[in-house]
Amino acid sequence: MQKEVIVAGFGGQGVLFAGQVLTYAALHQGLEVTWIPSYGPEMRGGTANCTVVIADEEIGSPLVKKPTAVIALNLPSLNKYEKLVQPGGVLIVNQSMVDRIPERSDVTLVLIPANDIADELGSSKMLNMVVVGALLAHFPVVTLDSVEKALSEHLPAKHQHLLSLNGEALRRGYDFASQHAAVPA
Amino acid sequence: MTRELWKGNNAIAEAAVRAGLEAYFGYPITPQTEVLEYLSRRMPELGRVFVQAESELGAINMVYGAACTGVRVMSTSSSPGVSLMLEGLSYIAGTEVPAVLVNVMRGGPGLGNIAPAQGDYKQAVHGGGHGDYRQIVLAPASIQEAVDLMVLSFDLAEKYRTIVMLILDGSIGQMMEPVEMPPMQKVRRRDWDWATRGRDQHPNGERRFLTSIYLDPIEEEKTNLRLLKRWNIIQANEVRYKDYFLEDAEFVVIGFGTAGRVALSAVRAARAKGIKVGLFRPVTVSPFPFDAVRELVPRTRGFLVVEMNTGQMLDDVQVAIRGRVPIEFYGRPGGVVPLPEDILAEIERLSSDILSVDRDPRQEWFKRMSALTPAG
Repeated sequence: MQKEVIVAGFGGQGVLFAGQVLTYAALHQGLEVTWIPSYGPEMRGGTANCTVVIADEEIGSPLVKKPTAVIALNLPSLNKYEKLVQPGGVLIVNQSMVDRIPERSDVTLVLIPANDIADELGSSKMLNMVVVGALLAHFPVVTLDSVEKALSEHLPAKHQHLLSLNGEALRRGYDFASQHAAVPA
Repeated sequence: MTRELWKGNNAIAEAAVRAGLEAYFGYPITPQTEVLEYLSRRMPELGRVFVQAESELGAINMVYGAACTGVRVMSTSSSPGVSLMLEGLSYIAGTEVPAVLVNVMRGGPGLGNIAPAQGDYKQAVHGGGHGDYRQIVLAPASIQEAVDLMVLSFDLAEKYRTIVMLILDGSIGQMMEPVEMPPMQKVRRRDWDWATRGRDQHPNGERRFLTSIYLDPIEEEKTNLRLLKRWNIIQANEVRYKDYFLEDAEFVVIGFGTAGRVALSAVRAARAKGIKVGLFRPVTVSPFPFDAVRELVPRTRGFLVVEMNTGQMLDDVQVAIRGRVPIEFYGRPGGVVPLPEDILAEIERLSSDILSVDRDPRQEWFKRMSALTPAG
């Protein structure tokens, strides 16, 4: 078993931490996992992405051309990664930042207004947890439980007061995606 | 077994601390700066020495000085920074004191870029500073392996009074993986009979002298031969590698570090397609596992060398195989990381092409590569 997730968006959207939360969750479940960021001379507002590979055996390449799942938090990320999702995979799109409908009909597609949901929760920073929750509804490799456990253990100390809000964001995303997904025929 | 998630650079820093690192000297450069950042907090916390030197030259000469006193010492840098340290490394080699250096390699030559690369293989394995010396070079492919080899580096450096260099592709410095950290070792001041710790610290107040100057060529020749004698022991005893699916393999991929682990994905995919291919991944690239590669010759139809450069380890593989089996090459230089699909295509070509021992693998690859990425 090997599954790969690419999380992509603007710097500042919590892209790298979203990937790390999945990584910690996989570790909690006793799986093998790698997390690799696109690192470069990057800055806030630029593009950012990370690749998470989860497997039940020694992981070879930490980078993949065709991931099982993609979380696209903005239009450039959707444009870059939509065509690369494996057929039968999962594509989570932040509808709040994307003004086009994805073309893929052979993947499980979730269009989620993640910014709006995060704002409703009272913090735009919850955006990344909303989309992670949305992914988990269709990506049974890591569970909502282990992600919540990962959060409680690895949310930086200065953000621990936001733990319950993060949990709520995860569940809002999870519930939304459970109800609003286009599944391939 | 407790496994924790570590970023590569932080992980090797903590592993060095646990191996009893007593003094660290370094200078920031991407993609290894996290090592300094981590140790700048961790070393003072334990009452150990951390100095951010004024330059790489400063750092390596501080390493040299500390190494002469027999403490566990290291520096870390990335490609252009390591080039700046070569003079100091040569002096350390010539003085026969143990020291550890990590190179988190990036794209080059020159200022290059900060992407993962393996372009410093030749520098680490065949080059380095001036003069006739060799050093142990370890090439981990995962963070766990980097941690384990970090600890081993200090033991090997002291055992052979040599330089041990750990070469990590930038990606291993920057990525995160689960790691089981080694236990914390006590810092031990070993009573080396060569270390210059001050006459009052030496038995009977004996005078000790460490130098790399041998003005009499005969004495320098003896020194060179002593280094080679020691190297022969290292070559005989310290070769390390990992192999995968070699039992019935007709074709063998050889790659180190990140290129090696990407090749593992490709080999698995090729196996799923019924191709009998295995992977040989050198862990010590110096001493290179010549004998282990040579032993594969009688039962292998073709080798594929994969590197993130234009074919540097390829030369060593060719020395091992001596033209007895065809070799093909696939490389991505300049900071490009190959993907499993790319290597899988090469394996498929290898297993279906008519191979020849007379073709130059680098030139054949260059022709194919030029069609995709014009050299300009």
